[in-house]
Amino acid sequence: MSSQKKRDQLILHTALTAGRIMIENGSEIERVEDTMTRIAHNAGAKTSQLFVMITGILMAINGEVGAQIEPVKRRTFDLEKIAVVNDLSRQFADHKIDLRQFADQLDHLDSKSRYFPFWLQLLAAAMVSGPLEVVFRHNLPDFWITCVVGMLGWWVYYVLNKYIQIRFLSEFTSAAAIGVMAVVCVHLGLGNSVDDIIIGSVMPLVPGVPITNSVRDILAGNLVSGPARGVEALVSAAAIGFGIAMVLQFL
Amino acid sequence: MSVLEFLIEVVGTYVATIAFGVLINIPRRALNVGGWIGVLGYVLYRFTVLWGGGYVIGNLLGAVAIGVASLQAAKIKRMPMILFNIPAIVPLVPGGQAYQMIKNFALGQNATAFVFLLQVVMISGAIAFGFLLSELVNRIQRRFWRHHKRL
Repeated sequence: MSSQKKRDQLILHTALTAGRIMIENGSEIERVEDTMTRIAHNAGAKTSQLFVMITGILMAINGEVGAQIEPVKRRTFDLEKIAVVNDLSRQFADHKIDLRQFADQLDHLDSKSRYFPFWLQLLAAAMVSGPLEVVFRHNLPDFWITCVVGMLGWWVYYVLNKYIQIRFLSEFTSAAAIGVMAVVCVHLGLGNSVDDIIIGSVMPLVPGVPITNSVRDILAGNLVSGPARGVEALVSAAAIGFGIAMVLQFL
Repeated sequence: MSVLEFLIEVVGTYVATIAFGVLINIPRRALNVGGWIGVLGYVLYRFTVLWGGGYVIGNLLGAVAIGVASLQAAKIKRMPMILFNIPAIVPLVPGGQAYQMIKNFALGQNATAFVFLLQVVMISGAIAFGFLLSELVNRIQRRFWRHHKRL
């Protein structure tokens, strides 16, 4: 293999990996296209052609290798990785790292995930539920119980997501669990209003990333990926809604 | 709304925005700014509603403020914009109305449910349109500062 060919291969690999990591972790399409074009440009490819979709990326540069495809199979929300890819791309543009280091760091980034520790996530879920219940409903006495129910709801969601890996099912089950817990808590006299507890506790499950990205993608003219994300958000919302509705039916 | 209630709402919005940021794993150095942008959007929404502007206009103004402020934060911190605006819209999400809609549908009270459905659709539309307007501001700004283009 000639050195030019190797170099082109590396450019494609780096750009495609960067793009895949960004889409997998919830970036909007326009940013992915922008970053990949910049990587190719900064690495010395004269032109690059891109086709970025929410389920896969196709990229070609005018060199000695043909176009390559990178499928995007899973989708999670880990915005830190997007920030890291963004930083790396900036460093590469400023010639602080070379292409080989860039590619290595991307491969490394892919395998490790630096989530906040689990206890902090539980605390955060509690701190989304309780304060928002107070903000939306002005029901201070139910603050603590909403924190607890929201935290347990997130725990159910997290554990299920780890083992069954279908987000919609985890959301459905977790919403149903929240509904049951809210009803039980009010029955036991721990809370006053089932409605308020449920409204607060469900907030950590809100699909904020797909909603925002869907709007941004549609505005940027990505008429396939934008609505696809909108559907993702809608299915999430429907899953949560059905979970709650199921509990309310059996009230 | 008394001053105390207002303070409780501000603190609640700030805490909830940051906590949502933790759940979607936003880098630590973006959390604080994201929290304040959330407060800004919510306060604008709240005052618009208090002064009789209606909840649709309120959400619209809130979303515009969040979009514009997020772009400034992204410029200053040199980080992607979505790190700031995703957690910040959480306090604007029509959670209460969506819940009432689901509840009334589940209980068979379709007429009431449709009222809430309409509210949910209007609020979501207002937030989306607010983002659209903020994008307009952002693109004009980007034309002026071409050399800061990279966001």
